[in-house]
Amino acid sequence: MNPVIRPRSLFIALGLLLALALWLSLALGPVSLPLLDTLKAALRLLGLAQPGDDLAQAELILGQIRLPRTLLGLLVGAVLALCGVAMQGLFRNPLADPGLIGVSSGAALGASIAIVGGAALGGLPEAFAPYLLSLFAFIGGLGVTALVYRLGRRDGETNVATMLLAGIALTALAGAAIGLFTYLADDATLRTLTFWNLGSLNGASYARLWPLLLVTAAVALWLPRRAKALNAMLLGESEARHLGFAVERVKAELVFCTALGVGAAVAAAGMIGFIGLVVPHLVRLLVGPDHRVLLPASALAGASLLLLADLAARLVLAPAELPIGIVTALIGAPFFLYLLLRGRT
Amino acid sequence: MLRAENLAVQRGPCTVLADINLELRPGEVLGVLGPNGAGKSTLLGALCGELQPSHGAVWLDQRRLQDWPGSERAQRLAVLPQTSTLNFAFRVEEVVGMGRLPHASGRVRDAQIIKQALEAADALHLAGRSYLALSGGERQRVHLARVLAQLWPGGEGQMLLLDEPTSMLDPLHQHTTLQATRAFVEQGAAVLVILHDLNLAARYCDRLLLLERGRPHALGSPEEVLRAEPLQAVFGLEVLVQRHPERGHPLIVAR
Repeated sequence: MNPVIRPRSLFIALGLLLALALWLSLALGPVSLPLLDTLKAALRLLGLAQPGDDLAQAELILGQIRLPRTLLGLLVGAVLALCGVAMQGLFRNPLADPGLIGVSSGAALGASIAIVGGAALGGLPEAFAPYLLSLFAFIGGLGVTALVYRLGRRDGETNVATMLLAGIALTALAGAAIGLFTYLADDATLRTLTFWNLGSLNGASYARLWPLLLVTAAVALWLPRRAKALNAMLLGESEARHLGFAVERVKAELVFCTALGVGAAVAAAGMIGFIGLVVPHLVRLLVGPDHRVLLPASALAGASLLLLADLAARLVLAPAELPIGIVTALIGAPFFLYLLLRGRT
Repeated sequence: MLRAENLAVQRGPCTVLADINLELRPGEVLGVLGPNGAGKSTLLGALCGELQPSHGAVWLDQRRLQDWPGSERAQRLAVLPQTSTLNFAFRVEEVVGMGRLPHASGRVRDAQIIKQALEAADALHLAGRSYLALSGGERQRVHLARVLAQLWPGGEGQMLLLDEPTSMLDPLHQHTTLQATRAFVEQGAAVLVILHDLNLAARYCDRLLLLERGRPHALGSPEEVLRAEPLQAVFGLEVLVQRHPERGHPLIVAR
């Protein structure tokens, strides 16, 4: 299985794909806008074109609904894919998933506490509820990951195999706690809980974009600095040490970046599976496992795929909307199986 | 120069290595022999800083090994482990190129070195192939090229530690691998190599260390160490020691 594309060609192709995904994501929806008008209105919103009043409706739809939603999809897709690369490198396994270290289940637990706890307290103030939910999810993800990391440490070293097993155990525990909250919830709360677990880019707003933007930027700038160390770690941890890398430190950074990145993504858009698993795998098939290429390419591919999945979620049952987690699972799971079976021959 | 002083390693309550006083000399291949579980890999682990000694210390030049900054140490000391777990489809020259990560010698120079190291390990014809498509022996040679590239061209003051580099190789490549090691040593590097084949050790090593249950049983030239009594004592194997008809080094045959 040799790489099939040169990195340069891949970056050009992924750049075009992302541009197309952004454009379609802005143009299509319950009210579809002509493609050229979309472009013009978007440029005006960004201050890149002269204002005018011929496209007031398009600018309104774009500015209020589609632009924040598209940016949210872009960031969530990119950060999930980056964290997937980090985890597959950390566990030296191309089938590892960011959820392995407990961050997703921790975030889900935090969100359940916020949803069910909030309802039990007589309902959270309407204006605050989404922020509180995100905050709890973020803290839950970070907390459970910190615990998993702590359990994997012994004598100043982190054992990734122990971490993996601790992640499985804590995911099961968090699942039990979420189950309990589900059992306690009333019908309306249950619905919120279920929808949150399926993920959605619906309800994006600029205010909720900022934290995710900061986290994504930090992760996207930090991980490529560790690309060489990640390459060396694929040889094995002691080999990476023999090549002069501070392996314990790099492992801690990878876990921290993933907890931060996935935590923020889940907090902003709920549980969206398979992007972190499938995207790095797919990119690796195209250009090989070198992290200097894999990291930026996965970020681009993750953003594009999530935007396209969101488009499908918006359009298939329009004007109703499918939760995006269903779409990514519907596409991701069969694709994953295909990769598994293909690898066997 | 790499030097072990009174080195001992504990694993739980057991002392798995003790009383090791050893130095790797420039331009010399030091072979380590011993039965399974005698502490050969433990010795290698302690010498490269992977295992913490419970007693004694390892010195690289005038500084303790653990006080060396990672990349500086990596430019001086390379380690070839027994097996590797690489599970990703790097191309062969990318794997060898990882040996250049501690250096900042530039893309052009690195490509030259990668080619020369592959040639030295008789693996140049594998360039361009995916690592995962290689056989066990071919992979072992690619990793040899990787550690050679890490120290290339192998001047004085550089140390290479090899853990059973011939374990998966066919007879021809057992010899080419050790010949490559010898050629490297001619440039002034010091090599420690763990071997199981007594005749390979007799032919390619300048000095031999015979380990028995974590302690040195004998340390000296092949002629001194490869005698019937120490081999009987350590391996429990009765052997005849003769002379190689052409090269004159000891030739060991089981009785």
